[in-house]
Amino acid sequence: MFQFASEQFRVNVGLAEMLKGGVIMDVTNAQQAKIAEDAGASAVMALERVPSDIRRDGGVARMANIAIIEEIMKTVTIPVMAKARIGHFMEARILEALGVDFIDESEVLTPADEEHHIDKTGFKTPFVCGARNLGEALRRIGEGATMVRTKGEAGSGNIVEAVRHIRTIVKEMKQLTVLGKEELYQHAKTLAAPLELVEWVARHGKLPVPNFSAGGIATPADAALVMQLGAEAVFVGSGIFKSSDPAARAKAIVQAARNFDNPGKLLEASRSLGEAMPGLDISKIPEGELLQTRGW
Amino acid sequence: MKKVGVLSLQGDFAAHGAALERAGAQPVYVRESADLRSLDGLVIPGGESTTMLKLMRFDGLFDAVAEFGGRKPVFGTCAGAILVADEVSGPAQESLRLMDIAVERNAYGRQIDSRVTQIEPEPEFLARTAPGKMEAVFIRAPIIRRTGPDARILARYHGDPVLVEQGRHLVSTFHPELTADSRVHALFLEKL
Repeated sequence: MFQFASEQFRVNVGLAEMLKGGVIMDVTNAQQAKIAEDAGASAVMALERVPSDIRRDGGVARMANIAIIEEIMKTVTIPVMAKARIGHFMEARILEALGVDFIDESEVLTPADEEHHIDKTGFKTPFVCGARNLGEALRRIGEGATMVRTKGEAGSGNIVEAVRHIRTIVKEMKQLTVLGKEELYQHAKTLAAPLELVEWVARHGKLPVPNFSAGGIATPADAALVMQLGAEAVFVGSGIFKSSDPAARAKAIVQAARNFDNPGKLLEASRSLGEAMPGLDISKIPEGELLQTRGW
Repeated sequence: MKKVGVLSLQGDFAAHGAALERAGAQPVYVRESADLRSLDGLVIPGGESTTMLKLMRFDGLFDAVAEFGGRKPVFGTCAGAILVADEVSGPAQESLRLMDIAVERNAYGRQIDSRVTQIEPEPEFLARTAPGKMEAVFIRAPIIRRTGPDARILARYHGDPVLVEQGRHLVSTFHPELTADSRVHALFLEKL
């Protein structure tokens, strides 16, 4: 039985609720964390390298150096998240012992297990996981994630994959709402997702946890676009600190998340921003280097 | 039906909107100063107080909300309680100073210290609403370290005030909008 009423689920979904409408920014040191907080970020993601650098450098990407995460936790008062490798429950245990506020079991790092994701139900610390479609989102929730984010293509500066993923999840949720009960049994198999979560989505037309967007957001317009499509908040990775004026861009994206349905305010937020991060054409990324296909 | 604004810059404003509807009011999602017109009261939701403060500062909403609170009731939960306080510590930050209370941010610790618990509200609260214990959801919650002479403490947890009324304003350090119990929202509507 899925424990919708458990204290752990409610408290951890609760923190995700508090982050709605906001922007969670990737930062690699205390100085960047301060810039993010000053710009109005609702949380920061502490990591060693932003995704575009991980992509460029290659090699194995692991949980960040503890000293970096600790320094960031000391510097800001907003929640601090950190990434663990897919399936690496001991990196996650260490992050929990450190006291980070949210753990991202992330495809941006090199997976540690090619068959199993972390059993997240055994943790006190909440988890966010990436998803490209509804089945993947519900499998992660079934394992205990209390926030889902669309994967997009991290470090690409290209919004196309984030759009594809949020559209897919929203469309698949709408489809469930018109199916009869006998069809849901079959559909749960098609989605490869727990039946009771499929039934919950069919009844409510949304995920039982907040649904955020990530992977390719580089401009205020990008943030507003994914929120128009149904994302409840956004993660910005390389998009801020790989741009020419991070403080201005961070502020502008925060304004965009708040005013996602107000083109006049979005226009104001989009003025005098300097250069956005360089972007990548997804079709030019070799298949083996795509991050979104990590995890299942 | 009373029209109650919910400051919708960031945080769990949608949960407050739903809770206000359950308690019998019409929620209005407030994004800019003009949205405050013709409201009977305002809820400042949970979220990140630093983030909300910055967003309010960017376009003059801070002064508009302070002015609104000077004549109409305001109900702050968690981050909202921090924003309406007279004095904020852990670290210090600017606030609307609508209520004579001192609040310490994240005073229970980080997210691993968040909890759902049962509290026994004070007899005054029970008499004004309905009897029974109350479920309280604390998320990276602040602690109210000092209340002024005009404050009425309506509930405590481990001895610290967690639901406090002063004149037309109300604050809770927990999240009544995340439970099915409508009593706190109903009490606020009574004050409008």
